[in-house]
Amino acid sequence: MQKKNGALNAIKIVVLSVVFLLYIFPFFVVLINSFKDRKDILMNPLMIPAKLNLNNYIEAFTKMDYTHAFVNSLIITIFSVILIIVLSAMTAYIFVRRNWKFNQFMFFFMIASMTIPFQAIMIPLVKIYGSIGMMNNKWSLVYMYIGFGASLAVFIYHGFIKSIPLELEEAALIDGCSPLQTFFKIVFPLLKSTTVTIAILDILWIWNDFLLPSLVLISPEQRTLPLSVFYFYGTYTIEYGYAMAGLMLAIIPIIIVYLIMQRQIIEGVLRGSIK
Amino acid sequence: MNIEKNFLSKLKTYLIFAGPMTFAFLTVVILPFIYGIYLTFTDWNGISATHAFVGLDNYLQVFNDKVFWSSFLLTLRYVLFSVILVNVIAFFLAYLLTSGIKGQNFFRTGFFTPNLIGGILLGFIWQFIFSNILVYIGELFNLPIFSASWLTDPNKAFWALVIVTVWQYSGYMMVIYIAGFMNIPRELIEAADIDGANSYYRLKNIILPLMVPSFTICIFLTLQRTFMVYDVNLSLTNGGPYKSTELISMHVYNTAFLSQQYGIGQAEAFFLFLIVAIVTLSQVYFSQRMEVES
Repeated sequence: MQKKNGALNAIKIVVLSVVFLLYIFPFFVVLINSFKDRKDILMNPLMIPAKLNLNNYIEAFTKMDYTHAFVNSLIITIFSVILIIVLSAMTAYIFVRRNWKFNQFMFFFMIASMTIPFQAIMIPLVKIYGSIGMMNNKWSLVYMYIGFGASLAVFIYHGFIKSIPLELEEAALIDGCSPLQTFFKIVFPLLKSTTVTIAILDILWIWNDFLLPSLVLISPEQRTLPLSVFYFYGTYTIEYGYAMAGLMLAIIPIIIVYLIMQRQIIEGVLRGSIK
Repeated sequence: MNIEKNFLSKLKTYLIFAGPMTFAFLTVVILPFIYGIYLTFTDWNGISATHAFVGLDNYLQVFNDKVFWSSFLLTLRYVLFSVILVNVIAFFLAYLLTSGIKGQNFFRTGFFTPNLIGGILLGFIWQFIFSNILVYIGELFNLPIFSASWLTDPNKAFWALVIVTVWQYSGYMMVIYIAGFMNIPRELIEAADIDGANSYYRLKNIILPLMVPSFTICIFLTLQRTFMVYDVNLSLTNGGPYKSTELISMHVYNTAFLSQQYGIGQAEAFFLFLIVAIVTLSQVYFSQRMEVES
Protein backbone atom coordinates (compact mmCIF):
# COMPACT_ATOMS: atom_id res chain seq x y z
CA MET A 1 0.00 0.00 0.00
CA GLN A 2 2.73 2.42 1.07
CA LYS A 3 4.80 1.60 -2.00
CA LYS A 4 1.88 2.02 -4.38
CA ASN A 5 1.16 5.46 -2.94
CA GLY A 6 4.78 6.42 -3.37
CA ALA A 7 4.71 5.54 -7.07
CA LEU A 8 1.42 7.38 -7.54
CA ASN A 9 2.78 10.48 -5.81
CA ALA A 10 5.87 10.38 -8.02
CA ILE A 11 3.65 10.36 -11.13
CA LYS A 12 1.64 13.27 -9.77
CA ILE A 13 4.76 15.30 -9.11
CA VAL A 14 6.09 14.58 -12.59
CA VAL A 15 2.79 15.64 -14.19
CA LEU A 16 2.62 18.81 -12.10
CA SER A 17 6.23 19.68 -12.85
CA VAL A 18 5.70 19.34 -16.60
CA VAL A 19 2.59 21.54 -16.48
CA PHE A 20 4.45 23.97 -14.23
CA LEU A 21 7.30 24.31 -16.73
CA LEU A 22 4.78 24.91 -19.52
CA TYR A 23 3.16 27.68 -17.47
CA ILE A 24 6.45 29.36 -16.63
CA PHE A 25 8.04 28.86 -20.05
CA PRO A 26 6.58 32.08 -21.64
CA PHE A 27 8.04 34.27 -18.88
CA PHE A 28 11.37 32.48 -19.15
CA VAL A 29 11.49 33.11 -22.90
CA VAL A 30 10.80 36.83 -22.47
CA LEU A 31 13.44 37.04 -19.76
CA ILE A 32 16.27 35.43 -21.73
CA ASN A 33 15.52 37.36 -24.92
CA SER A 34 15.35 40.68 -23.14
CA PHE A 35 19.16 40.53 -22.82
CA LYS A 36 19.87 39.73 -26.47
CA ASP A 37 20.04 41.82 -29.61
CA ARG A 38 17.84 41.28 -32.63
CA LYS A 39 20.41 39.18 -34.50
CA ASP A 40 20.85 36.70 -31.63
CA ILE A 41 17.09 36.42 -31.10
CA LEU A 42 16.50 35.59 -34.77
CA MET A 43 19.36 33.10 -34.79
CA ASN A 44 18.23 31.15 -31.72
CA PRO A 45 15.46 32.50 -29.46
CA LEU A 46 15.96 29.66 -26.98
CA MET A 47 19.65 30.21 -26.33
CA ILE A 48 20.62 31.46 -22.88
CA PRO A 49 22.41 34.81 -23.33
CA ALA A 50 26.15 34.66 -22.75
CA LYS A 51 26.24 37.91 -20.78
CA LEU A 52 23.72 40.22 -19.12
CA ASN A 53 23.48 43.00 -21.69
CA LEU A 54 21.24 45.74 -20.31
CA ASN A 55 21.15 47.81 -23.52
CA ASN A 56 17.60 46.78 -24.36
CA TYR A 57 16.42 47.81 -20.91
CA ILE A 58 18.01 51.25 -21.17
CA GLU A 59 16.46 51.79 -24.60
CA ALA A 60 13.03 50.53 -23.52
CA PHE A 61 13.15 52.55 -20.30
CA THR A 62 13.68 55.85 -22.09
CA LYS A 63 11.62 55.15 -25.24
CA MET A 64 8.47 54.10 -23.37
CA ASP A 65 8.87 56.95 -20.87
CA TYR A 66 8.82 54.38 -18.11
CA THR A 67 9.12 56.75 -15.15
CA HIS A 68 6.11 58.76 -16.27
CA ALA A 69 4.00 55.71 -17.03
CA PHE A 70 4.91 54.03 -13.75
CA VAL A 71 4.12 57.12 -11.69
CA ASN A 72 0.82 57.61 -13.54
CA SER A 73 -0.19 54.01 -12.89
CA LEU A 74 0.84 54.33 -9.26
CA ILE A 75 -1.09 57.57 -8.64
CA ILE A 76 -4.23 56.32 -10.39
CA THR A 77 -4.15 52.95 -8.61
CA ILE A 78 -3.43 54.33 -5.11
CA PHE A 79 -6.03 57.10 -5.18
CA SER A 80 -8.72 54.94 -6.80
CA VAL A 81 -8.24 52.08 -4.36
CA ILE A 82 -8.14 54.24 -1.21
CA LEU A 83 -11.26 56.13 -2.26
CA ILE A 84 -13.12 52.96 -3.26
CA ILE A 85 -12.28 51.41 0.12
CA VAL A 86 -13.26 54.36 2.32
CA LEU A 87 -16.38 55.36 0.40
CA SER A 88 -17.75 51.87 -0.13
CA ALA A 89 -17.10 50.83 3.49
CA MET A 90 -19.10 53.87 4.63
CA THR A 91 -21.85 53.13 2.12
CA ALA A 92 -22.07 49.46 3.07
CA TYR A 93 -22.12 50.43 6.76
CA ILE A 94 -25.12 52.70 6.38
CA PHE A 95 -26.86 50.11 4.17
CA VAL A 96 -26.49 47.47 6.90
CA ARG A 97 -27.11 49.58 9.99
CA ARG A 98 -30.03 51.69 8.75
CA ASN A 99 -32.79 49.44 7.59
CA TRP A 100 -34.50 52.05 5.39
CA LYS A 101 -36.44 51.10 2.27
CA PHE A 102 -34.26 53.38 0.17
CA ASN A 103 -31.07 51.71 1.41
CA GLN A 104 -32.41 48.27 0.57
CA PHE A 105 -33.36 49.52 -2.87
CA MET A 106 -29.93 51.09 -3.53
CA PHE A 107 -28.14 47.96 -2.36
CA PHE A 108 -30.21 45.78 -4.66
CA PHE A 109 -29.68 48.27 -7.48
CA MET A 110 -25.88 48.08 -7.05
CA ILE A 111 -25.90 44.26 -7.02
CA ALA A 112 -28.07 44.14 -10.13
CA SER A 113 -25.73 46.54 -11.93
CA MET A 114 -22.89 44.03 -11.59
CA THR A 115 -24.33 42.19 -14.61
CA ILE A 116 -23.56 45.19 -16.84
CA PRO A 117 -20.29 44.60 -18.68
CA PHE A 118 -18.01 47.57 -19.25
CA GLN A 119 -18.39 47.24 -23.02
CA ALA A 120 -22.11 48.03 -22.69
CA ILE A 121 -21.30 51.40 -21.11
CA MET A 122 -18.09 52.55 -22.76
CA ILE A 123 -19.62 54.32 -25.78
CA PRO A 124 -22.07 56.57 -23.88
CA LEU A 125 -19.41 57.03 -21.16
CA VAL A 126 -17.00 58.50 -23.71
CA LYS A 127 -19.75 60.70 -25.13
CA ILE A 128 -20.96 62.05 -21.79
CA TYR A 129 -17.56 62.73 -20.25
CA GLY A 130 -16.15 63.99 -23.54
CA SER A 131 -18.94 66.56 -23.86
CA ILE A 132 -18.19 68.03 -20.42
CA GLY A 133 -14.43 68.13 -21.02
CA MET A 134 -13.46 65.42 -18.54
CA MET A 135 -11.33 63.40 -20.94
CA ASN A 136 -7.55 63.06 -20.98
CA ASN A 137 -7.26 63.62 -17.24
CA LYS A 138 -6.15 61.05 -14.69
CA TRP A 139 -8.48 62.39 -12.02
CA SER A 140 -11.46 61.73 -14.28
CA LEU A 141 -10.17 58.19 -14.58
CA VAL A 142 -9.91 57.89 -10.78
CA TYR A 143 -13.49 59.13 -10.52
CA MET A 144 -14.67 56.49 -13.02
CA TYR A 145 -12.86 53.72 -11.16
CA ILE A 146 -14.71 54.74 -7.99
CA GLY A 147 -18.03 54.37 -9.81
CA PHE A 148 -17.10 51.06 -11.44
CA GLY A 149 -15.56 49.66 -8.25
CA ALA A 150 -18.52 50.60 -6.05
CA SER A 151 -20.81 47.59 -6.48
CA LEU A 152 -18.38 44.79 -5.73
CA ALA A 153 -16.73 46.60 -2.79
CA VAL A 154 -20.07 47.56 -1.22
CA PHE A 155 -21.28 43.99 -1.71
CA ILE A 156 -18.25 42.43 0.01
CA TYR A 157 -18.26 44.93 2.89
CA HIS A 158 -22.03 44.49 3.30
CA GLY A 159 -21.63 40.77 3.86
CA PHE A 160 -18.95 41.30 6.49
CA ILE A 161 -20.49 44.21 8.41
CA LYS A 162 -23.67 42.16 8.89
CA SER A 163 -21.66 39.71 11.00
CA ILE A 164 -20.31 42.38 13.41
CA PRO A 165 -22.28 42.54 16.69
CA LEU A 166 -24.00 45.85 17.43
CA GLU A 167 -23.02 46.19 21.12
CA LEU A 168 -19.72 47.99 20.53
CA GLU A 169 -21.34 50.66 18.39
CA GLU A 170 -24.20 51.15 20.84
CA ALA A 171 -21.71 51.68 23.64
CA ALA A 172 -19.84 54.25 21.56
CA LEU A 173 -23.06 56.09 20.75
CA ILE A 174 -24.00 56.23 24.43
CA ASP A 175 -20.54 57.64 25.15
CA GLY A 176 -21.41 60.49 22.81
CA CYS A 177 -19.64 59.48 19.59
CA SER A 178 -21.24 60.74 16.39
CA PRO A 179 -22.13 58.08 13.78
CA LEU A 180 -19.09 59.13 11.74
CA GLN A 181 -16.73 58.80 14.74
CA THR A 182 -18.28 55.46 15.61
CA PHE A 183 -17.67 54.22 12.11
CA PHE A 184 -14.04 55.31 11.83
CA LYS A 185 -12.96 54.51 15.41
CA ILE A 186 -14.80 51.23 15.95
CA VAL A 187 -16.18 49.66 12.80
CA PHE A 188 -13.57 50.46 10.15
CA PRO A 189 -10.64 48.89 12.09
CA LEU A 190 -12.69 45.70 12.46
CA LEU A 191 -13.03 45.47 8.66
CA LYS A 192 -9.28 45.08 8.15
CA SER A 193 -9.30 41.61 6.54
CA THR A 194 -12.09 42.61 4.16
CA THR A 195 -10.25 45.81 3.32
CA VAL A 196 -7.15 43.80 2.39
CA THR A 197 -9.28 41.56 0.13
CA ILE A 198 -10.83 44.53 -1.67
CA ALA A 199 -7.50 46.34 -1.94
CA ILE A 200 -5.87 43.31 -3.61
CA LEU A 201 -8.74 42.76 -6.06
CA ASP A 202 -8.91 46.43 -7.02
CA ILE A 203 -5.15 46.95 -7.25
CA LEU A 204 -4.86 44.01 -9.68
CA TRP A 205 -7.81 45.29 -11.70
CA ILE A 206 -6.82 48.95 -11.95
CA TRP A 207 -3.06 48.44 -12.35
CA ASN A 208 -3.62 46.06 -15.27
CA ASP A 209 -6.67 47.69 -16.85
CA PHE A 210 -6.31 48.68 -20.48
CA LEU A 211 -9.62 49.45 -22.19
CA LEU A 212 -10.89 52.23 -19.90
CA PRO A 213 -7.60 54.17 -19.70
CA SER A 214 -7.12 53.74 -23.46
CA LEU A 215 -10.45 55.54 -23.96
CA VAL A 216 -9.93 58.26 -21.34
CA LEU A 217 -6.21 59.10 -21.52
CA ILE A 218 -5.16 60.50 -24.87
CA SER A 219 -1.86 62.39 -24.62
CA PRO A 220 1.34 60.31 -24.27
CA GLU A 221 2.45 61.87 -20.97
CA GLN A 222 -0.80 60.72 -19.32
CA ARG A 223 -0.35 57.05 -20.27
CA THR A 224 -0.42 54.29 -17.68
CA LEU A 225 1.99 51.36 -17.81
CA PRO A 226 -0.23 48.99 -19.89
CA LEU A 227 -0.89 51.81 -22.36
CA SER A 228 2.76 52.73 -22.76
CA VAL A 229 3.70 49.05 -23.23
CA PHE A 230 0.99 48.81 -25.87
CA TYR A 231 2.27 51.76 -27.91
CA PHE A 232 5.90 50.84 -27.35
CA TYR A 233 5.38 47.25 -28.49
CA GLY A 234 3.42 48.46 -31.51
CA THR A 235 6.31 50.73 -32.54
CA TYR A 236 9.10 48.22 -31.92
CA THR A 237 7.51 44.91 -32.94
CA ILE A 238 10.50 44.20 -35.15
CA GLU A 239 13.10 45.19 -32.52
CA TYR A 240 12.44 42.05 -30.48
CA GLY A 241 15.08 42.85 -27.87
CA TYR A 242 13.51 46.22 -27.00
CA ALA A 243 10.02 44.72 -26.98
CA MET A 244 11.04 41.92 -24.60
CA ALA A 245 12.82 44.35 -22.26
CA GLY A 246 9.71 46.58 -22.31
CA LEU A 247 7.54 43.60 -21.30
CA MET A 248 9.96 42.70 -18.52
CA LEU A 249 9.95 46.26 -17.18
CA ALA A 250 6.16 46.12 -16.93
CA ILE A 251 6.10 42.65 -15.38
CA ILE A 252 8.89 43.08 -12.78
CA PRO A 253 7.02 45.37 -10.32
CA ILE A 254 4.07 42.96 -10.13
CA ILE A 255 6.30 39.92 -9.68
CA ILE A 256 8.23 41.63 -6.86
CA VAL A 257 5.01 42.42 -5.00
CA TYR A 258 3.75 38.89 -5.67
CA LEU A 259 6.89 37.28 -4.26
CA ILE A 260 6.55 39.29 -1.04
CA MET A 261 2.80 38.87 -0.59
CA GLN A 262 1.85 35.76 -2.56
CA ARG A 263 -0.14 34.18 0.25
CA GLN A 264 -2.25 37.31 0.91
CA ILE A 265 -2.79 37.91 -2.81
CA ILE A 266 -4.04 34.39 -3.55
CA GLU A 267 -6.24 34.37 -0.46
CA GLY A 268 -7.56 37.84 -1.23
CA VAL A 269 -8.51 36.88 -4.77
CA LEU A 270 -10.09 33.69 -3.48
CA ARG A 271 -12.19 35.40 -0.81
CA GLY A 272 -13.23 38.06 -3.29
CA SER A 273 -14.51 35.57 -5.84
CA ILE A 274 -16.29 33.16 -3.50
CA LYS A 275 -18.43 36.00 -2.17
CA MET B 1 -30.32 50.89 14.98
CA ASN B 2 -32.30 53.91 13.87
CA ILE B 3 -31.21 57.05 15.63
CA GLU B 4 -32.43 59.46 12.94
CA LYS B 5 -36.02 60.40 13.65
CA ASN B 6 -37.13 62.64 10.81
CA PHE B 7 -36.58 62.71 7.08
CA LEU B 8 -34.02 65.53 7.10
CA SER B 9 -31.71 63.87 9.60
CA LYS B 10 -32.01 60.60 7.69
CA LEU B 11 -31.11 62.41 4.48
CA LYS B 12 -28.14 64.03 6.20
CA THR B 13 -26.80 60.68 7.48
CA TYR B 14 -27.30 59.08 4.07
CA LEU B 15 -25.49 61.88 2.26
CA ILE B 16 -22.56 61.89 4.68
CA PHE B 17 -22.02 58.14 4.48
CA ALA B 18 -23.25 57.04 1.09
CA GLY B 19 -23.60 60.33 -0.82
CA PRO B 20 -20.27 60.40 -2.69
CA MET B 21 -20.42 56.71 -3.64
CA THR B 22 -24.04 56.92 -4.73
CA PHE B 23 -23.24 59.92 -6.90
CA ALA B 24 -20.19 58.30 -8.52
CA PHE B 25 -22.06 55.03 -9.08
CA LEU B 26 -25.09 56.73 -10.64
CA THR B 27 -23.06 59.03 -12.90
CA VAL B 28 -20.48 56.46 -14.01
CA VAL B 29 -22.57 53.28 -14.35
CA ILE B 30 -26.29 54.01 -14.42
CA LEU B 31 -26.42 57.28 -16.35
CA PRO B 32 -24.28 55.98 -19.26
CA PHE B 33 -26.24 52.72 -19.27
CA ILE B 34 -29.58 54.51 -19.65
CA TYR B 35 -28.17 57.08 -22.06
CA GLY B 36 -26.69 54.18 -24.01
CA ILE B 37 -30.12 52.65 -24.52
CA TYR B 38 -31.26 56.02 -25.87
CA LEU B 39 -28.22 56.17 -28.19
CA THR B 40 -29.21 52.89 -29.84
CA PHE B 41 -32.21 54.72 -31.33
CA THR B 42 -30.11 57.51 -32.87
CA ASP B 43 -27.62 57.87 -35.72
CA TRP B 44 -24.93 59.72 -33.77
CA ASN B 45 -21.55 59.59 -35.56
CA GLY B 46 -19.32 60.67 -32.70
CA ILE B 47 -18.56 64.15 -33.99
CA SER B 48 -21.69 66.06 -34.92
CA ALA B 49 -23.43 67.94 -32.14
CA THR B 50 -26.89 66.75 -33.17
CA HIS B 51 -28.26 63.34 -33.98
CA ALA B 52 -31.52 62.19 -35.49
CA PHE B 53 -33.92 59.68 -34.01
CA VAL B 54 -33.91 56.59 -36.21
CA GLY B 55 -36.17 54.21 -34.30
CA LEU B 56 -35.19 50.56 -34.57
CA ASP B 57 -32.95 51.03 -37.61
CA ASN B 58 -29.74 50.30 -35.69
CA TYR B 59 -31.10 47.03 -34.33
CA LEU B 60 -32.30 45.99 -37.80
CA GLN B 61 -28.88 46.80 -39.22
CA VAL B 62 -27.20 44.73 -36.51
CA PHE B 63 -29.48 41.76 -37.12
CA ASN B 64 -28.83 41.91 -40.86
CA ASP B 65 -25.09 42.36 -40.47
CA LYS B 66 -23.27 39.16 -41.48
CA VAL B 67 -19.98 40.35 -40.01
CA PHE B 68 -21.61 40.90 -36.64
CA TRP B 69 -23.12 37.41 -36.61
CA SER B 70 -19.90 35.73 -37.66
CA SER B 71 -18.09 37.59 -34.88
CA PHE B 72 -20.83 36.57 -32.46
CA LEU B 73 -20.67 32.89 -33.45
CA LEU B 74 -16.89 32.99 -33.24
CA THR B 75 -17.23 34.37 -29.71
CA LEU B 76 -19.66 31.59 -28.75
CA ARG B 77 -17.23 28.99 -30.05
CA TYR B 78 -14.36 30.67 -28.21
CA VAL B 79 -16.39 30.88 -24.97
CA LEU B 80 -17.44 27.23 -25.22
CA PHE B 81 -13.93 25.82 -25.69
CA SER B 82 -12.31 28.22 -23.22
CA VAL B 83 -14.83 27.59 -20.44
CA ILE B 84 -14.58 23.82 -20.79
CA LEU B 85 -10.78 23.68 -21.06
CA VAL B 86 -10.12 26.23 -18.30
CA ASN B 87 -12.36 24.38 -15.86
CA VAL B 88 -11.24 20.86 -16.73
CA ILE B 89 -7.57 21.79 -16.38
CA ALA B 90 -8.14 23.88 -13.25
CA PHE B 91 -10.12 21.07 -11.63
CA PHE B 92 -7.48 18.53 -12.52
CA LEU B 93 -4.65 20.69 -11.14
CA ALA B 94 -6.60 21.36 -7.95
CA TYR B 95 -7.24 17.64 -7.55
CA LEU B 96 -3.54 16.85 -7.84
CA LEU B 97 -2.56 19.70 -5.52
CA THR B 98 -4.91 18.64 -2.72
CA SER B 99 -3.83 15.01 -2.67
CA GLY B 100 -1.13 15.68 -0.09
CA ILE B 101 2.02 15.90 -2.18
CA LYS B 102 5.04 18.05 -1.36
CA GLY B 103 5.53 21.55 -2.74
CA GLN B 104 1.84 22.40 -3.07
CA ASN B 105 2.38 26.07 -2.33
CA PHE B 106 5.18 26.34 -4.83
CA PHE B 107 3.05 24.88 -7.64
CA ARG B 108 0.04 26.96 -6.67
CA THR B 109 2.09 30.17 -6.76
CA GLY B 110 3.44 29.32 -10.21
CA PHE B 111 0.12 28.37 -11.80
CA PHE B 112 -1.50 31.53 -10.47
CA THR B 113 1.15 33.92 -11.83
CA PRO B 114 -0.47 34.75 -15.23
CA ASN B 115 -3.50 36.21 -13.41
CA LEU B 116 -1.43 39.00 -11.95
CA ILE B 117 -0.42 40.35 -15.31
CA GLY B 118 -2.64 42.35 -17.62
CA GLY B 119 -4.12 40.79 -20.75
CA ILE B 120 -2.24 43.23 -22.99
CA LEU B 121 1.11 41.96 -21.71
CA LEU B 122 0.04 38.31 -21.83
CA GLY B 123 -1.05 38.70 -25.46
CA PHE B 124 2.26 40.26 -26.46
CA ILE B 125 4.23 37.55 -24.67
CA TRP B 126 2.37 34.86 -26.60
CA GLN B 127 2.57 36.76 -29.86
CA PHE B 128 6.34 36.37 -29.55
CA ILE B 129 5.98 32.68 -28.60
CA PHE B 130 3.69 31.84 -31.53
CA SER B 131 5.49 33.82 -34.20
CA ASN B 132 9.10 33.24 -33.11
CA ILE B 133 9.67 30.51 -30.56
CA LEU B 134 7.29 27.89 -31.95
CA VAL B 135 8.37 28.56 -35.52
CA TYR B 136 11.98 28.09 -34.40
CA ILE B 137 11.13 24.85 -32.59
CA GLY B 138 9.24 23.72 -35.70
CA GLU B 139 12.31 24.25 -37.87
CA LEU B 140 14.62 22.66 -35.34
CA PHE B 141 12.66 19.42 -34.99
CA ASN B 142 11.06 19.53 -38.43
CA LEU B 143 7.50 19.77 -37.11
CA PRO B 144 5.14 20.88 -39.90
CA ILE B 145 2.50 22.06 -37.40
CA PHE B 146 4.81 24.90 -36.30
CA SER B 147 6.38 25.61 -39.69
CA ALA B 148 4.44 28.89 -40.04
CA SER B 149 3.26 31.20 -37.29
CA TRP B 150 -0.11 30.14 -35.90
CA LEU B 151 -1.19 33.76 -35.95
CA THR B 152 -1.17 33.86 -39.75
CA ASP B 153 -3.73 31.06 -40.11
CA PRO B 154 -7.38 31.85 -39.19
CA ASN B 155 -8.11 28.47 -37.58
CA LYS B 156 -4.82 28.19 -35.70
CA ALA B 157 -5.06 31.83 -34.58
CA PHE B 158 -8.41 30.95 -33.00
CA TRP B 159 -6.80 28.12 -31.07
CA ALA B 160 -3.94 30.40 -30.11
CA LEU B 161 -6.52 32.64 -28.43
CA VAL B 162 -8.04 29.67 -26.61
CA ILE B 163 -4.63 28.45 -25.44
CA VAL B 164 -3.65 31.85 -24.04
CA THR B 165 -7.02 32.12 -22.29
CA VAL B 166 -6.63 28.68 -20.73
CA TRP B 167 -3.12 29.59 -19.58
CA GLN B 168 -4.39 32.89 -18.18
CA TYR B 169 -7.40 31.71 -16.19
CA SER B 170 -6.81 28.08 -15.21
CA GLY B 171 -4.55 29.06 -12.30
CA TYR B 172 -7.20 31.38 -10.92
CA MET B 173 -9.99 28.80 -11.16
CA MET B 174 -7.62 26.20 -9.70
CA VAL B 175 -7.37 28.32 -6.52
CA ILE B 176 -11.17 28.27 -6.19
CA TYR B 177 -11.34 24.51 -6.81
CA ILE B 178 -8.59 23.95 -4.22
CA ALA B 179 -10.71 25.79 -1.65
CA GLY B 180 -13.65 23.59 -2.66
CA PHE B 181 -11.62 20.39 -2.17
CA MET B 182 -10.45 21.61 1.25
CA ASN B 183 -14.08 22.03 2.30
CA ILE B 184 -15.04 18.43 1.61
CA PRO B 185 -15.37 16.78 5.03
CA ARG B 186 -12.59 14.24 5.63
CA GLU B 187 -15.02 11.83 7.30
CA LEU B 188 -17.01 11.40 4.10
CA ILE B 189 -13.95 10.35 2.10
CA GLU B 190 -12.79 8.05 4.90
CA ALA B 191 -16.23 6.51 5.23
CA ALA B 192 -16.27 5.81 1.50
CA ASP B 193 -12.80 4.25 1.73
CA ILE B 194 -13.90 1.98 4.57
CA ASP B 195 -16.93 0.94 2.52
CA GLY B 196 -14.44 -0.08 -0.17
CA ALA B 197 -15.26 2.60 -2.74
CA ASN B 198 -12.72 2.82 -5.56
CA SER B 199 -11.37 6.18 -6.62
CA TYR B 200 -13.70 6.49 -9.63
CA TYR B 201 -16.74 5.87 -7.43
CA ARG B 202 -15.40 8.30 -4.83
CA LEU B 203 -14.94 11.01 -7.48
CA LYS B 204 -18.31 10.51 -9.14
CA ASN B 205 -20.53 10.06 -6.10
CA ILE B 206 -18.85 12.11 -3.38
CA ILE B 207 -16.38 14.65 -4.70
CA LEU B 208 -18.21 15.91 -7.78
CA PRO B 209 -21.58 16.51 -6.09
CA LEU B 210 -19.91 18.36 -3.23
CA MET B 211 -17.89 20.46 -5.66
CA VAL B 212 -20.96 21.87 -7.42
CA PRO B 213 -20.71 25.27 -5.62
CA SER B 214 -17.12 25.65 -6.86
CA PHE B 215 -18.23 24.77 -10.38
CA THR B 216 -21.00 27.37 -10.14
CA ILE B 217 -18.52 30.13 -9.26
CA CYS B 218 -15.81 29.10 -11.71
CA ILE B 219 -18.10 28.62 -14.69
CA PHE B 220 -19.79 31.94 -13.92
CA LEU B 221 -16.43 33.76 -13.75
CA THR B 222 -15.05 32.14 -16.89
CA LEU B 223 -18.26 32.78 -18.85
CA GLN B 224 -18.28 36.43 -17.86
CA ARG B 225 -14.60 36.97 -18.61
CA THR B 226 -14.41 35.09 -21.90
CA PHE B 227 -17.55 36.70 -23.32
CA MET B 228 -16.10 40.15 -22.71
CA VAL B 229 -12.45 39.48 -23.56
CA TYR B 230 -10.73 42.35 -25.34
CA ASP B 231 -7.13 42.89 -24.17
CA VAL B 232 -5.70 39.50 -25.17
CA ASN B 233 -7.61 39.60 -28.45
CA LEU B 234 -6.11 43.01 -29.23
CA SER B 235 -2.49 42.27 -28.37
CA LEU B 236 -2.32 38.64 -29.56
CA THR B 237 -4.08 38.68 -32.93
CA ASN B 238 -5.61 42.18 -33.25
CA GLY B 239 -8.53 40.40 -34.91
CA GLY B 240 -6.33 39.03 -37.67
CA PRO B 241 -5.58 37.43 -40.00
CA TYR B 242 -8.22 39.19 -42.13
CA LYS B 243 -10.59 39.86 -39.21
CA SER B 244 -10.98 36.11 -38.70
CA THR B 245 -10.43 36.31 -34.92
CA GLU B 246 -12.33 39.51 -34.18
CA LEU B 247 -14.29 38.62 -31.03
CA ILE B 248 -17.47 40.49 -30.18
CA SER B 249 -15.94 43.07 -27.82
CA MET B 250 -13.44 44.09 -30.43
CA HIS B 251 -16.19 44.20 -33.03
CA VAL B 252 -18.23 46.58 -30.86
CA TYR B 253 -15.16 48.74 -30.25
CA ASN B 254 -14.31 48.90 -33.94
CA THR B 255 -17.88 49.66 -35.04
CA ALA B 256 -18.13 52.54 -32.60
CA PHE B 257 -14.68 54.05 -32.39
CA LEU B 258 -13.14 53.17 -35.77
CA SER B 259 -16.16 53.20 -38.12
CA GLN B 260 -17.77 56.02 -36.09
CA GLN B 261 -21.14 54.25 -36.06
CA TYR B 262 -21.86 54.89 -32.40
CA GLY B 263 -25.57 54.10 -32.55
CA ILE B 264 -24.99 50.74 -34.19
CA GLY B 265 -22.05 49.96 -31.93
CA GLN B 266 -24.16 50.69 -28.87
CA ALA B 267 -27.01 48.52 -30.22
CA GLU B 268 -24.50 45.66 -30.55
CA ALA B 269 -23.18 46.34 -27.04
CA PHE B 270 -26.70 46.32 -25.60
CA PHE B 271 -27.53 43.07 -27.37
CA LEU B 272 -24.32 41.62 -25.95
CA PHE B 273 -25.29 42.75 -22.45
CA LEU B 274 -28.64 40.94 -22.75
CA ILE B 275 -26.99 37.72 -23.96
CA VAL B 276 -24.34 37.71 -21.23
CA ALA B 277 -26.92 38.47 -18.53
CA ILE B 278 -29.26 35.69 -19.73
CA VAL B 279 -26.46 33.13 -20.07
CA THR B 280 -24.76 33.83 -16.73
CA LEU B 281 -27.95 34.19 -14.68
CA SER B 282 -29.47 30.97 -16.04
CA GLN B 283 -26.15 29.17 -15.48
CA VAL B 284 -26.10 30.27 -11.83
CA TYR B 285 -29.79 29.36 -11.44
CA PHE B 286 -29.39 25.85 -12.86
CA SER B 287 -26.14 25.02 -11.10
CA GLN B 288 -27.46 26.16 -7.74
CA ARG B 289 -30.31 23.71 -8.14
CA MET B 290 -27.73 20.95 -8.43
CA GLU B 291 -26.09 21.75 -5.10
CA VAL B 292 -26.35 19.19 -2.31
CA GLU B 293 -25.82 19.31 1.45
CA SER B 294 -22.81 17.41 2.71
